[in-house]
Amino acid sequence: MSNSTYRIQGATGEWEVVIGLEVHAQVVSQAKLFSGAATAFGAEPNSQVSLVDAAMPGMLPVPNRECIRQAVRTGMAINAQINTWSRFDRKNYFYADLPQGYQISQLYHPLVGEGQIEITLDEKDPDSPVKTIGIERIHVEQDAGKLMHDQHPTRSYVDLNRSGVALMEIVSRPDMRSPAEAGAYLRKLRTILRYVGSCDGNMEEGSMRADVNVSVRKPGEPFGTRTETKNVNSVRFVMAAIEMEASRQVDVLESGGTIVQETRLFDPDKMETRSMRSKEDAHDYRYFPDPDLLPLELDDAFLEECRASLPELPDAKVKRYESELGLSAYNAAVLTAEAETARWFEQLLAAGARIQKKSEADVAKASANWLLSELYGALNRLGRGLDDSPVSPEQGAELLALIADGTISGTIAKQVFEIMLETGDAAGKIVEEKGLKQTSDTGAIEAAVAKILADNADKVEQYKGGKEALFGFFVGQTMKAMQGKANPQIVNELLKKALAN
Amino acid sequence: MTELTDLTLAEIRDGVARGGFSAREVAQAFNAAVEAGRPLNAYIVETPEKALEAADAADKARAAGDLKPLSGVPLGMKDLFCTEGVQTSAASRMLEGFTPTYESTVSAKLWQAGAGMLGKLNLDQFAMGSSNETSHFGNVVSPWKGKDGKELTPGGSSGGSSAAIAARLCPAATGTDTGGSIRQPAAFTGIAGIKPTYGRCSRWGVVAFASSLDQPGAMARTVRDNAILLEAMAGFDPKDATSLDLAVPQLEAGLSSSLKGKKVGIPKEYRPDGLNAEIAALWDRGVEWLKDAGADVVEVSLPHTRYALATYYIIAPAEASSNLARYDGVRYGLRDLPDGAGLQDMYAATRAAGFGDEVKRRILIGTYVLSAGFYDAYYTQACKVRTLIARDFAQAFEQCDVLLTPTAPSAAFALGEKKADPLEMYLNDVFTVPASLAGLPAMSVPGGLSSEGLPLGLQIIGRPLDEQGVLNAALALEERAGFAARPEKWW
Repeated sequence: MSNSTYRIQGATGEWEVVIGLEVHAQVVSQAKLFSGAATAFGAEPNSQVSLVDAAMPGMLPVPNRECIRQAVRTGMAINAQINTWSRFDRKNYFYADLPQGYQISQLYHPLVGEGQIEITLDEKDPDSPVKTIGIERIHVEQDAGKLMHDQHPTRSYVDLNRSGVALMEIVSRPDMRSPAEAGAYLRKLRTILRYVGSCDGNMEEGSMRADVNVSVRKPGEPFGTRTETKNVNSVRFVMAAIEMEASRQVDVLESGGTIVQETRLFDPDKMETRSMRSKEDAHDYRYFPDPDLLPLELDDAFLEECRASLPELPDAKVKRYESELGLSAYNAAVLTAEAETARWFEQLLAAGARIQKKSEADVAKASANWLLSELYGALNRLGRGLDDSPVSPEQGAELLALIADGTISGTIAKQVFEIMLETGDAAGKIVEEKGLKQTSDTGAIEAAVAKILADNADKVEQYKGGKEALFGFFVGQTMKAMQGKANPQIVNELLKKALAN
Repeated sequence: MTELTDLTLAEIRDGVARGGFSAREVAQAFNAAVEAGRPLNAYIVETPEKALEAADAADKARAAGDLKPLSGVPLGMKDLFCTEGVQTSAASRMLEGFTPTYESTVSAKLWQAGAGMLGKLNLDQFAMGSSNETSHFGNVVSPWKGKDGKELTPGGSSGGSSAAIAARLCPAATGTDTGGSIRQPAAFTGIAGIKPTYGRCSRWGVVAFASSLDQPGAMARTVRDNAILLEAMAGFDPKDATSLDLAVPQLEAGLSSSLKGKKVGIPKEYRPDGLNAEIAALWDRGVEWLKDAGADVVEVSLPHTRYALATYYIIAPAEASSNLARYDGVRYGLRDLPDGAGLQDMYAATRAAGFGDEVKRRILIGTYVLSAGFYDAYYTQACKVRTLIARDFAQAFEQCDVLLTPTAPSAAFALGEKKADPLEMYLNDVFTVPASLAGLPAMSVPGGLSSEGLPLGLQIIGRPLDEQGVLNAALALEERAGFAARPEKWW
């Protein structure tokens, strides 16, 4: 494990920041944690509320198997201990967005125990330090509803659509030491969740939110008193909140004050954290086991199914891309950072290997380069993502195969790709219809070469006199004369031969 | 001819099937009795039209040869069961006027079985009480009277159910039992009532008091009627996570009062110093009756019995304090929003106005025992003792098949007599609470009358899931007790 060198320079010397994150990740499932109501984002207020979610008299929660499965799979993906016996507890407090008057959560016996996540500070730099962040637990709990204060001059409205939606609370150890580490941790966690498919990781829609625990200390000293900044909803804001809060704590300590253990809010407009409530006004949540629910016991078959359904995870993928496919660390990192990119890339590889009758390793480099430069470039230009790319992996593979077998040159391939983007046609069809097939007809090329050399006798003289850089000029002219369709290798050979005479 | 309202549930069912009378005649007779019985205050809501509707359906079904298990039987429904389109108040001001859009699983099963509803029966507010005096709609008055003529409690919390059955305002009714709320009122009014194994009957749609203890059950004058009614109420419900996924036994078909080869345990801890002499004498008679039915009688020990009441009055209020948090004035029920009030003020005003004293008392106790710093000393400790109490029963049932005990420490007391002292009131549950904590099936049957002429009950407690064993032992008692007393009609 590397030691972070991130320090805050105070008047009394350097301070180290200690960070732990509690991430609330909304579980991907059709129905809520304890009711059959739907979970789609952005629905009309109170249109996805069952009798259970509204806590009508006599209503009872029944655990949703899929939500439990998703949390277990997530635990497995971070190599965590899965507790085959866990239990739901009630966290009691009154608020208008909490119909039951308690949140069903897991305090005493969480579903998932200790695990870890490996982070790389700069994912694209192969030499960037790697660090392991401990995960203390993952437990499953209900989300609350939402209060709307802007609908009426004197009243607040309640939207219970989110009430009862399943969340995973993923609690890290206080193992991070800089905003950058916290950012890398969040990005990595998000990547894993999206690979597993247990959370869509969409921070704008609130599918992932973080409570940020921050304390400062002089290096080597015991942990200081921490504060908890609630509900920060982007990686950038988490990093900013840490920076602001750590500086504030240093200022307080250096001016002779003490840090109060309290809950704070992050204000992204003013870029500051503000006190919400201190420990003295903290709620007494009166946690106790929910008597409406039996303990959750997981059997071997269920665990087996969870494990078998896990995809290859990002760390394993990076290693395989490097060792088996021979990709650079950079390319491997970029291609695996999003589950969707890796999926697209692997479809491209599979199709390429099939069409070209080669191994995936043989077509990997060209496929990776094309995806990351040509396709990404085009998508950027079009303002699109891989999910709505006008060119499918199958079509991309066909284009790459045409380059590989010499049917078209790289230059022509760029033209063909542009047409593909516009028309959605297959590469082969475009090459055929536009007559873009590369020619290896030595007679035709020889004739073109002869003409170019004859027309540029002065340049031939200079070349022979030692100005070898002119070779490129002759290649260019020949290709131009051949309308780009000449096999560049043959052009090279024939030019060299002709100029050697 | 006997009056229709004097018939048992089984007699009504069979009479309608035979064609001796129509279901409509039965419903009309009971509707009239309900109306005439208003001085007892047993019903909070009367639904004569519902009873007639089901009766007409039963008469049609008979003509079509398509009778269901409870066709033609009108029932009283404890007002803790949510009934679609009919006010469900839990006898509270908080839910006064609350009309569910849904039907509890238990009541839905009964309507599907052909039964009709006479009305919603009064109870202690949110089922918290042993005398029916905590109802927002006023106490139920027992149809029984002692020699001094004072008005008596019908017991609680299912006091509307017990009074209505004893007064022939319904042939049978649903009850719920958290610590004795079916058995004690049954004992006080000379009827029978059974609380099945926890999880036998769905709690879905039953206003919650203490989730780990609440259990719907049956109340009627005879053991057979209890068997019939319970069979129709019970069954697995996927909407209740604590519901037992087991087939319902054919309880009526399985009735047999021969106890040959059975062993009856007599727990010695249920005979404390100072036990009411009449109760002790009745208990002894019960022992003889069961011996007469062929059973062997053994003394057993339930050593943790003395802690049961304290344990119960920690666990039940703890769960209640959380279960009743949903009554906050935000979504339904009472809302008291003083001018210019904020959210916290609304909570305070609503809950202050919507809950009665006993409910508030239990919310306070429950909140206290779950609080940081007290949780381990009270709640955790109570859960441990609860485990020990359950173990006591498990060990006792290694030596016997059922247990025989008194149901309550006394006959019905006068209204107002124990209202001032909650602790004295809580003592009423001393014999019923242990079986509740252990989740066991238990039943009260009438055993005889006190010297005051008031009914006394005997309790049978059985092994988990052995409702049949409980009913059969109760049947043996019923046959030998020959309890035929009924309250004189004064209303």
